[in-house]
Formats: sequence, C-alpha cells, structure tokens
Amino acid sequence: MTLNQLPAGKLGVVLCITAEGPIRRRMLDLGLVPGTIVKTLRSSPAGNPTAYLIRGSVIAFRSNTANQVLIRTIHRR
Amino acid sequence: MDGKQGHSYVVALAGNPNTGKSTVFNGLTGLRQHTGNWPGKTVVQARGHFKYKGQDFVLVDLPGTYSLLANSPEEQVARNFICFEHPAATVIVVDATCLERNLNLVLQVTEITNHVIVCLNLMDEARRHRVFIDVPTLEQELGVPVIPTTARSKQGLAELKEAIHLVSSGKLTPQPVRLRYNPMVEEKIAEILPRLETLPPVYNKRWIALRLIDGDSSILEEMEVKI
Ligand SMILES: Nc1nc2c(ncn2[C@@H]2O[C@H](COP(=O)(O)OP(=O)(O)OP(=O)(O)O)[C@@H](O)[C@H]2O)c(=O)[nH]1
Repeated sequence: MTLNQLPAGKLGVVLCITAEGPIRRRMLDLGLVPGTIVKTLRSSPAGNPTAYLIRGSVIAFRSNTANQVLIRTIHRR
Repeated sequence: MDGKQGHSYVVALAGNPNTGKSTVFNGLTGLRQHTGNWPGKTVVQARGHFKYKGQDFVLVDLPGTYSLLANSPEEQVARNFICFEHPAATVIVVDATCLERNLNLVLQVTEITNHVIVCLNLMDEARRHRVFIDVPTLEQELGVPVIPTTARSKQGLAELKEAIHLVSSGKLTPQPVRLRYNPMVEEKIAEILPRLETLPPVYNKRWIALRLIDGDSSILEEMEVKI
C-alpha cells in the first residue's frame, strides 16, 4: 500500500520511494528511506494534506505526494 | 588558496534549522558580527570574528538547511559557499537529540570537503531525553572531530575553538568516510572527471561530477559566474 492509505493513528514501515527528482530528494533529506517507521497523525477533512510523524518531526504531505511512498503497516505490541 | 581572508581563517557554520546554530555563532563571536545579504539573494548572511591563540577567524553563518542538494536559495547559498569559497574549516552544528536526521547534512558536507568539524549541540536536552551518544565511536565512524556542546550555557565552546584552530591551520586533517556509489555511477564519474581537469584545483571535482550526473544545472550556472 502507499503512505496516503495509512489511516490516522497507524504505523507503517517504508518499503520504497517511487518519487523521483526534487520530491525524492526532499523525502530522502527528511530521513524517509526504506525501513523508516512512519505514523499518520491526522488528515484535514478533505484528506489533503496529511500530517505524518517521521523520525521525531511532523511532516505534511499531499496525497499525490504520499502516494509515492510504498509502505507496509505494522502493529504495535 | 588556503581558506584565508587577509590574516583570518574563514570558517563556515552549517547545520539543520533549529539546532542552536545562531547560539553557537553568538557564543563564538560575541558582539563582533555584522549581517547583510548574500549577493543576489534575499538570504541573510551573518559574519563574525573571533581570536583564538593569537589567530583571527572569520565565522560565516550559512543558512540552516536539511540538505545541500534540493536547490532552495538557502541550500544554494550554503552549498556554493562550501564548494566554491573553500573555507579553512566547516563546522556542522547537529542536534544531539535527533542525530539520525542531522547526519544527512554531515554526509553531504563531507562529500565536498574534508575540513569538517561536527558540533554536537543540545547535549543537555539529549541527557534530559536519556539519549547517550558514544562520541569516540561517532568520531571514528564519521572520520571527523565531534565536539559535544551545550551552546546555551557555553559548554564545549572552548573545545570547539580548539578543533577549529587545529583543522584550519592544517595541524589536523579529518579523513571523512568516502561514499562509494554503485559501479554504474562510479563509471560515469570516471568518464566526467577528465573533462573537469581545467577547473581550479580547490574545487572538488568528484562532487561536481556527481551533481552533473544528478542533472543539477544550477552548479553549471554557478561555475560560469566564478570562472
Ligand atoms: N537546551 C538547549 N537549548 C539550546 C542550546 N543551544 C541553543 N538552544 C536554544 O535553542 C533555540 C534555537 O536556537 P538558535 O540558536 O536560534 O537555533 P538556530 O539553529 O540558529 O535556528 P534557525 O534560526 O532556525 O536556523 C533557542 O531557544 C536557544 O536558546 C543548547 O545547547 N541547549
């Protein structure tokens, strides 16, 4: 699944970044690399943009950006 | 060129936003500072002076950035200064509570220059969050001096000045770990390098080759201005 599909409050782990160019660069600079754990914090009513917790910082992505991050959900023990 | 301006060594101060960079800058230079704009940009430039062991230093505060590669005006200013103005030393202020994210910039700077010192700031906050950092191992892994500081209470700034002195004067030459790319990229670098031979020797040609492979045209524009 892609990051924009991760419901609020859920955790995921990054599998792959499919974005290219400046967006890919920005994601890598934010520490969004395979293996990184991300959490969806909340989305605005229209679902755009959505706030994510990434390595201790809150980062907002639009859904057409977040859908360029492949993730798998993980469950908290 | 040896990173000098008159009798002063030029030292660049880099770091992610909000790592206490301005506090380090103020702590090192006190009131001996002035601000202006970077030529052709609306980005503020601060310069300050300090003296240590009889040697004058000019400290140049670069804009706070997460990266040198994403081409915002701030990142271009920081990148161009480190690459084309060849400071005698570059201090990278990093947030000890959030090391992972900050090391990205460290890696990017050490790709351009060996003359790097890491200022591991916010050590008091790290302790408060029960984050303990193995400084000798970090130094070893990065291949550059790492100086723990709490800039707000001026702790570690004397050690930082000593490291700046050692690196600027060439008494200590850090040996940062070198990134190797996959064979395809390395082949392209080898192909481009001979064509960059006419560039001034202080430019890091491997790094410029990497930017060209990246398709980063701003680096060409910058070199046209310089040469
Ligand atoms: N606890 C603690 N706070 C610090 C330390 N160094 C700086 N600060 C505080 O952190 C805040 C940000 O510091 P600045 O020096 O403005 O940070 P900066 O990196 O220049 O920030 P930008 O202007 O966003 O680039 C200020 O409130 C400082 O007082 C430190 O070592 N420990």
